[in-house]
Amino acid sequence: MVNIIWLLLLLAGFAAAAWQGNIGMVTQAAFAGAAKSVDLIVSLAGVLMLWLGVLALMEASGLLQKLAGLLSPLLRHLFPELPADSPAFSGIVLNFCANLLGLGNAATPFGLQAMQELQQLNPKPDTASDSMITLLLLNTSAITLLPTTVIALRSSAGSANPTEILLLCILSSAFGLLVGLVAHAVLRRR
Amino acid sequence: MSAVVLALSQWAIPVFLIFAPIYALFKGVDVYNVFCDGAARGLRLLVQILPFLLGMLVAIEVFNASGAMQLALAQLQPICNRFGLPADILPLAVLRSLSGSGALAWCAQIIETNGPDSFIGRLAATMQGSTDTTFYVLTVYFGSVGVLHHRHALVVGLLADLAAFAAAFFLCTLIFK
Repeated sequence: MVNIIWLLLLLAGFAAAAWQGNIGMVTQAAFAGAAKSVDLIVSLAGVLMLWLGVLALMEASGLLQKLAGLLSPLLRHLFPELPADSPAFSGIVLNFCANLLGLGNAATPFGLQAMQELQQLNPKPDTASDSMITLLLLNTSAITLLPTTVIALRSSAGSANPTEILLLCILSSAFGLLVGLVAHAVLRRR
Repeated sequence: MSAVVLALSQWAIPVFLIFAPIYALFKGVDVYNVFCDGAARGLRLLVQILPFLLGMLVAIEVFNASGAMQLALAQLQPICNRFGLPADILPLAVLRSLSGSGALAWCAQIIETNGPDSFIGRLAATMQGSTDTTFYVLTVYFGSVGVLHHRHALVVGLLADLAAFAAAFFLCTLIFK
């Protein structure tokens, strides 16, 4: 699936540029995209390393396990295939909480930590497991109580009430997540 | 409500950063070394993610800059008109799943030209705030553990995006029109 989409994106770009007689655009765009990925990784690097350091402290002190035990009953229903005491829950819980608070940058390290734990339980390491896809859905639907970037954008544009869309965002995300989870539940059986 | 959430999100990180090491110290953890070990794990993760991110961003950039995206969108325009969707909204919906910075730029431009409190401005902001960049999340999360076969992950991710956009359009029409 991703193979096809990846090739399709490249091919469509190549064809469109050739048709417009501006094939040089492809070179430029490809180099720009490559450079952008390194920029992204660099901008992510400091925060990611910082949080994984803090996370290691929480893990070693047992704080993480406590927190997970406290909050995971809520999320356990979404991951029925995981054993109740799975270490992945702590990462999942923290990832969910950070997303909820609109701390996207802080959420990623927790999510990746959970991903590593899920990989340990994955019978086929080169293929996504059911729990991995659920975790992915939790992150792409981005249920957040505070979409900080959008609110900043609205207030800098001089909105009379920048936060009035808050509830709409939450409801729309929740609906998106629900639809995603239902589709996941149907497709996972195949 | 939003003031409480704002305060909570401002306090969450500082409190976390202080509390975690202090608690660990009380539990007899070798705090500095453990912290650095964790950070080193982060570095390895980044190295693992980069190739996947690079591949995806190159393809998206070529697709977007070559005008292929605009061509594809032009095909969808008649459908848009039938449902009464503003013309500028469709590119945002497509961009939102592909590129976080691209969608943000597009959203900012819509808000600037139409005003933040116009119908389309509010709709764009709601859409922007209601999902995350599915391609990015997919690439980073699966890349970090070396998963190559994504099964139905992309399908359900994009379906969730679509549902969120539809809900945003429905709610905005209901409330702001």
